[in-house]
Amino acid sequence: MPEMPLTGEARLAQMAQAKARRSRREKAIEAVLLLAACVSVFTTVGIVYILLKESFAFFTHVSLWDFLTDTQWTPLFDDAHFGIMVLLSGTLTSSAVALLVAIPLGTIIAIYLSEFAGHKTRETLKPVLELLSGVPTIIYGYFALLFVTPLLQKLFPELPGFNVLSAGLVMGIMIIPYVASLSEDAMRAVPMGLREGSYAMGATRFQTAVRVVVPAAISGIASAYILGISRAVGETMILAVAAGMQPSLTFNPMEPAATITSFVVQVALGDLPHGSVGYQTIFAAGLLLLLLTLAFNMLGYWVRRRYREAY
Amino acid sequence: MSTITLPENPPPLKAQSKNLDFYYGDFKALKSVSMPVYEHKVTALIGPSGCGKSTYLRCYNRMHDLYPGNRYVGEISLMPDGVNVLAPQVDAIEVRMRISMVFQKPNPFPKSIFENVAYGLRVRNERSRSFLEDRVEAALRGAALWEEVRDRLDEAGSNLSGGQQQRLCIARALATDPEIILFDEPTSALDPIATGAIEELIGELKQKVSILIVTHNMQQAARVSDYTAYMYLGELIEYGDTKDIFMKPKRKETEDYITGRFG
Amino acid sequence: MNNPNPSAPSSFGDTVAGSPAARTEQIRALIRVAKRWDHFFALLGLLAMMVGILTLVALFTEMVIDGLPRLNLDFFTSFPSRRAGQAGILSAWVGSILVMMVTALFAVPVGIAGAIYLEEYAKKNWFTDIIEINIANLAGVPSIVYGLLALGLFVYTFGFGQSILSAGLTLALLILPIVIVATREALRSIPKHIREAAYGCGASQWQVVQDHLLPYSTPGILTGVIIGMARAIGETAPIITIGALTFIVFLPPVPGTGEPPAGMFDWLFSPFTVMPIQIFNWTSRPDPAFHQNAAAASLVLVVMTLGMNGLAIWLRYRLRKKIKW
Repeated sequence: MPEMPLTGEARLAQMAQAKARRSRREKAIEAVLLLAACVSVFTTVGIVYILLKESFAFFTHVSLWDFLTDTQWTPLFDDAHFGIMVLLSGTLTSSAVALLVAIPLGTIIAIYLSEFAGHKTRETLKPVLELLSGVPTIIYGYFALLFVTPLLQKLFPELPGFNVLSAGLVMGIMIIPYVASLSEDAMRAVPMGLREGSYAMGATRFQTAVRVVVPAAISGIASAYILGISRAVGETMILAVAAGMQPSLTFNPMEPAATITSFVVQVALGDLPHGSVGYQTIFAAGLLLLLLTLAFNMLGYWVRRRYREAY
Repeated sequence: MSTITLPENPPPLKAQSKNLDFYYGDFKALKSVSMPVYEHKVTALIGPSGCGKSTYLRCYNRMHDLYPGNRYVGEISLMPDGVNVLAPQVDAIEVRMRISMVFQKPNPFPKSIFENVAYGLRVRNERSRSFLEDRVEAALRGAALWEEVRDRLDEAGSNLSGGQQQRLCIARALATDPEIILFDEPTSALDPIATGAIEELIGELKQKVSILIVTHNMQQAARVSDYTAYMYLGELIEYGDTKDIFMKPKRKETEDYITGRFG
Repeated sequence: MNNPNPSAPSSFGDTVAGSPAARTEQIRALIRVAKRWDHFFALLGLLAMMVGILTLVALFTEMVIDGLPRLNLDFFTSFPSRRAGQAGILSAWVGSILVMMVTALFAVPVGIAGAIYLEEYAKKNWFTDIIEINIANLAGVPSIVYGLLALGLFVYTFGFGQSILSAGLTLALLILPIVIVATREALRSIPKHIREAAYGCGASQWQVVQDHLLPYSTPGILTGVIIGMARAIGETAPIITIGALTFIVFLPPVPGTGEPPAGMFDWLFSPFTVMPIQIFNWTSRPDPAFHQNAAAASLVLVVMTLGMNGLAIWLRYRLRKKIKW
């Protein structure tokens, strides 16, 4: 006998069952998606956990005071010293050189692209910037060591084969696209009405750019700079290849130096037993690096939020 | 064909356009517009949206130069020298130093009130602090804003209310002693009280400068202007004394627009 | 209508001395000076761009001059060797491909799923905020910190060892923010009325995602994935930190071979090397013959990276034009 379609109460019950089934499925799917979204949280938790765990172990051997104030960094010697200042000096010097290149050039390029260049010029030049930022940093390292250093040595014959100057310069060029494109975005967001007001007063392009557009976009530009700083501090390979990995407390870019980042590479290239103080050292250094870059990232974010012009 | 009724004893001429065409790319937005602008008088441009009144206004200070693909054909002569403002040999910047503009949406710079008003002077390389202070005060008085802001000249211009911001923009336009001020729907973004204040201001300003004002508010044109031009689809339909235009228009199109039959 | 008015402009102008002609000349001189700054700055802008352009030109020329002669079939099919002339990138490019496979296998589904959750399901509460803040932060964490995470957690705590699996997972985490952001942008660009139409037909939320949102946002997602992979293939620091060896003269087992079931995954736990590490190793040697090898390998890597970036940009351009809402 063929099944009769259900009616009335029975039909309602059937529909309720279908709904419950569908809703269970949808909820399960949502849970899976949520889990995927949480991977980023797990990553952060993982990073914080591992850095803290190993750093705590580290600081049972080395006092925080020594870590912050010792002027030598020789963690792998018998008479080991753990003064992080040494590595910080390398990081600071290399970042300073890089930013001295990236910030002025990046800003000039941003102003040029945003206020001066015609549409065609802009469309031709922007891919160049993207290219610059697309080159793997190891290749920039190769370039710094085998092209820039010999070139600089023609100018400064006493320049050693490993030096912070070459690495810093190349790092700066690598960071230009970040500074330029974020600054340009900030400037393009300034409404045309403001520019028209300036032009209507008889101002030239340069006057409008510098007196009206840049001040209006200053929060975005400042946060672009801060992000550039963060990028410079976190860069590894260019320094590992071209700056030498010799830890020394110096602010002279014409010498080799080790940074926090290149130190980790140096240790990783060697053979450090898991659990040794040497092994834990890189996590302590890494923790400091993370704190530094996080501080800069948050500063950049805060600057952009706080000083944003409401258009 | 435009119906132009010139006054019997015309006041001195400040500027006039002669057969002005304007093209946005291939689109002809203005068709042979010829019109006078008299000195120390307020001339209003009215018409439905898209009729070309703002386009016409922006020819006077070469605003269209900022965007690619635009073309002027014809002349706008500026007196007393009779120079054609639209000629390629004439520098747009020089034109803008003689003709100022107030925009529809108030656009004060992200600077202090003082610096906003002083901007035009700074662009002209004025550095003397006392000179700037005098001119800023004079301009703010001229814009009926001085009493409200005299104690807070260092505050940001954007902190002012909408109506105050627009008066700030007027002061900015005034500070450089322009010959003509162009007003592009200056009160359409403002509330009625602020609107009234600006209209009163325009009445006073015309003693010092010549004014060309675009407005979509007919009653405003009737209140504020001495001469009115009605435009439609890029053409000047009728021009004449404001009273005549509003009470006995000569063209049917003008009458239809004014009585609200369309637009 | 010609009625010239010779008088000087309004009473406002009583502070400016001189006839109109003198005034005009004054203004003209001013404008000339101001425009000089315009031209100067335009020149400066172009010069600044030249710095970047010249760098790229110098870089490529150097790589081509030094490296092109080394590029022959042998180079691609030989293992590294102590003799520069015989060294090749076989283990390196194979390793890169295997690591990329793991990276993609992990980053693509997780990234897309996470983005779908955030765009379509998440409610505006503190929990969602935490997820979003994390993603934003992680994008700014230096890659070497990811290496430390991998070393401590993947290599030791989880016991994956210094293997392809660890490397692939690390790079996947690194590029996850890129995939997520690209997917979210692609989803956002789908207009509301398409969703409403789908719901209106009686589709459930997941059906709307599966049948409409994902297909329409595929170009954008693909672009993001390719850009992420281009980034991953060039990353060196995290892989070094895991402990990828720089002198590997064998290939990992082919995926899928080996005795089932566990043997099929042997390759994941194999030691390995990747292209950037090989370049690093050769660059660091004092012998200039190895520098040539480094240049050649760099050329290969750069072509791969820029080729992928170019592909992504082209894709984004082409496929964007086809969809009509």
